[in-house]
Amino acid sequence: MTWMKRLLAIDRRIIFLLVATGVVLPLLHPLNLPVTVTPRVKAAFEAIDALPAGSKVLISMDYEPDIMAELQPMSIAVMRHCFRKHLQVIAMTLYPAGTGLGERAVTLAAKAEGAVKNKDYVWLGYKSGFQAVMIGIGENLRGMYPVDFYGTRLDDIPMMRGVNSYRQMAMVVNLSGSSAADYWIQFAQGRFHAPLVLGCTAVMATDYYPYLSSRQVLGLIGGMKGAAEYEALIDTIGDARRGMDAQSLVHLIVVALVIVGNGALFLSRRAGEAGGPAAGSMVR
Amino acid sequence: MIRRGQLLVTFLVGAAIAALYFIPHYRAQALNSKLLEWTLIVYAFALILGSMSLWNSHTKKVRNRVEGWGYSLVTLSSLVVITVLGIWKGVGEGTPVGTIYDTVNSPLASTMFSLLAFVIASAAFRAFRARSVEATLLLITAIVMMVGRVSIGPIISPHLPGITEWLLDVPNLAAKRAIALGVGLGAVSTALKIILGIEQSYLGKS
Repeated sequence: MTWMKRLLAIDRRIIFLLVATGVVLPLLHPLNLPVTVTPRVKAAFEAIDALPAGSKVLISMDYEPDIMAELQPMSIAVMRHCFRKHLQVIAMTLYPAGTGLGERAVTLAAKAEGAVKNKDYVWLGYKSGFQAVMIGIGENLRGMYPVDFYGTRLDDIPMMRGVNSYRQMAMVVNLSGSSAADYWIQFAQGRFHAPLVLGCTAVMATDYYPYLSSRQVLGLIGGMKGAAEYEALIDTIGDARRGMDAQSLVHLIVVALVIVGNGALFLSRRAGEAGGPAAGSMVR
Repeated sequence: MIRRGQLLVTFLVGAAIAALYFIPHYRAQALNSKLLEWTLIVYAFALILGSMSLWNSHTKKVRNRVEGWGYSLVTLSSLVVITVLGIWKGVGEGTPVGTIYDTVNSPLASTMFSLLAFVIASAAFRAFRARSVEATLLLITAIVMMVGRVSIGPIISPHLPGITEWLLDVPNLAAKRAIALGVGLGAVSTALKIILGIEQSYLGKS
């Protein structure tokens, strides 16, 4: 077996080790790579930044722990920005396992910016039913949420007085890892004309570009990169900016592996040897 | 007779909900709100039904000692423990359920998803091959996107972010618009077929 064939048949554990090194090293020794801000994230930042102090912003954190690495730093960054601008945050989730994450995100952001529960923010918790909840908020918020997550009646919460639908909310921010984002566009924006900013996983982001160019979505924060850009815009260093070093290195490792794999295949073919596995096959 | 009744209910509710969307009159909107409340009740029952189905499926596996029955036992124990603790002590931060969520659920779910990075790296090395013109185009685009979309991209080449933005704004956007329009028209067509009784697979008819 030539060295090219040996390279093509490399043990996958070596690849795993390379990836693990690429993840761990930058976390132990940060590279502090610069973050360039893209127009979509800047648009999201500017949409929130332009709201007058005291405006209500509904933030729905529709994700569970599996994608928290991408969306949790995004939630914290957006809420910190809101609190700095003295915007009042109405936070909620449409995922049962998102309750703990949402509560932690709003608590961390509030603590970092000195925001006070029921004065600067309210945590509504989880409610089942995507479309029904979104339409319900548009028609009668108290019909959907008579009490907050802790059992306090919305009428007894100072910042919620007079707030009963999207009409009293200056903006809706949806941070989502699923089709919930489609429903927010259809119902909150399409039906009730609420200004909408989206945050989603990197893999989902391209799905929402058409809505951005049609101005149905005012800004789009995509994945950990988007979250890192938002952190850069609010001048903080959070988990997203720290994570981007690791993501950069792992991307480079994967690109190097792909180039090496293709180079070895090309050379082995020229030497008249049999190729590797068929394209798209999942060889372990 | 029963099937006709089911089709009639589907037609009336489907047509009513579609019509109510366009009628701003307060009575129409009140009816719409009522229907929405019913939807929430249906969702709540679906949750109960799902839990019961989970319970029945896993108790059967444990009783018959089928392969992997130990995992079923863990599922059932978790279901009971979380339900009892949640009702008894609440589900917020600092409660036992909150602690279990932070120390077990959260890390396990994140770990499962994180494993993708390792699998994808291995799969990319072995399967991402430039075997045809199309595959080569895909490969080059993927490499440009992977490098251009991370912090190290502008350091490698200042042109990379601009190229990735063009790829996202032009070819990607065109393809996404076409897909969105196709999906939208398909959804309208399917909804009409269901409302008009042409499509009856949801009633168990193929």
